[in-house]
Amino acid sequence: MRPFDYTAAQSVSQALAGGGAGTAYLAGGTTLVDLMKLEVMTPRQVVDINRLPLRGVSADRDGLHVGALERMSDVAGHPLVTGGYPVLAQALLRSASPQLRNMASIGGNLLQRVRCGYFRDTSTGCNKRRPGSGCPAVDGENRGHAILGTSDSCVATHPSDLAVALVALDARVRLVGRGGTRDVRLADFYLLPGDTPEREHDLRPGELVTRVTVPALAWATRSAYLKIRDRQSYEFALASAAVALDLRGGVVRDVRVAVGGVGTRPWRLPAVEEALRGRAARPEVFEAAAALAVEAARPLTHNGFKTTLLRRTIVRALTNLVG
Amino acid sequence: MNPSENADDSRPGVSRRSVLGGGAAVAVAVPLLVTGAGAEAAPVAEVASADLVPIKVEVNGKPVSVRVDPRTTLLDTLREELELTGTKKGCDRGQCGACTVHVDGRRVLSCLTLAATVDEREVTTIEGLARGDRLHPMQQAFIERDGLQCGFCTPGQIMSAVGMVHEGHANSDDEIRERMSGNICRCSCYPFIVDAIRDAQKVMR
Repeated sequence: MRPFDYTAAQSVSQALAGGGAGTAYLAGGTTLVDLMKLEVMTPRQVVDINRLPLRGVSADRDGLHVGALERMSDVAGHPLVTGGYPVLAQALLRSASPQLRNMASIGGNLLQRVRCGYFRDTSTGCNKRRPGSGCPAVDGENRGHAILGTSDSCVATHPSDLAVALVALDARVRLVGRGGTRDVRLADFYLLPGDTPEREHDLRPGELVTRVTVPALAWATRSAYLKIRDRQSYEFALASAAVALDLRGGVVRDVRVAVGGVGTRPWRLPAVEEALRGRAARPEVFEAAAALAVEAARPLTHNGFKTTLLRRTIVRALTNLVG
Repeated sequence: MNPSENADDSRPGVSRRSVLGGGAAVAVAVPLLVTGAGAEAAPVAEVASADLVPIKVEVNGKPVSVRVDPRTTLLDTLREELELTGTKKGCDRGQCGACTVHVDGRRVLSCLTLAATVDEREVTTIEGLARGDRLHPMQQAFIERDGLQCGFCTPGQIMSAVGMVHEGHANSDDEIRERMSGNICRCSCYPFIVDAIRDAQKVMR
């Protein structure tokens, strides 16, 4: 690990004063410490933000608010989450391991880096890690990589399960910087890799994620996260689906569908949702809608199976909800 | 070989240790960056400029004050500085669970925890579970159910299992398997580990 200066911030303003290019904020550390050991991330300064008052899970007319420093396990078990938004609780509980969920913060989860083996290996090129050095995954080992939103520069899959569920629920993140506070839809927060895969999100240097807000959605009580992976536990998704269903008399009144394990960012599927609205909640309707999910898919040499897997994942997630 | 590993090997009475000592030494043969040693060991010139961070931690009920290189993990501090070598270094990347300890009562991975961040917190390691000569029910159950072979993952398994029972999620074999998935056993002793946890959680209730 490269040397760095360590400070523990006692307040948000103190953290912001120490933030900027070359500085990393440290919360749970499950991404940062790992990548610092690999020398993939080499901050000159690390600001420990764990003492900041960015905690709490609450609900009001605007929806559900989660402090950015809440830990994954605490949010997964919170009654407001398990009761009102099962898709969130399930996405959290199917992530990582219990120890990692006890450590990792909600803000950190949303900012976690990709699991691409080339990104994590400093002896290889990687446009995300070293812009212009090439993407060995395009013609290399790419079984776990994305089929949606890829570019010639980067095909890495966005790893967060929570982000998929939050994008399905139209969540916003609050970003605080020295220049002020802004709220950004999580779906807009994440950037496509394009020619600049090193830019993963709309977080400016020195800004902090302080909280996540999920707009109130009464019918999110009928929601779920289905995650398909090589192992049954403690593994990243090959394909996943976050779905919520407003079902009246066997008809889909409204629906949310977002998918993970397949996109370079959490992937909302408005065309699939549109194909379901107003239709009978029947297998052939689900199958026809799910087919739209992969219309723009660009499979690589080793991940062609994901197009079929993704369609089936969406269909099964919806079918389970009709129950 | 690290001196503290040698000292550990010489402890009498535990036959597995002589086998295990070799494995543990290999595991710690990667460059270690601990207080004091960090300056010589690290390849980068400006290492000396990194300020040491003073921390006060309660480890297994005893207050401890140490100064740590900011890069030092809690795992390395426990093993190299405080000579608590019960906590094992497996992957050192947060993937195997061998380094599991409790911080403020929660099970966490000490290999991904920077020691500087546990200032004023309480740490419990496998050495802190027993009450004198009386083993913790989870330790006793692992012995009775033979929930180990080589034993390298066992401290992490036991710390994780105790944490899980306290979390209230050890109510069925399926739940135990799911909630213990962060602890890998290379000897694949999983069925006996589940048996041990099922026994122990009844006693712990």
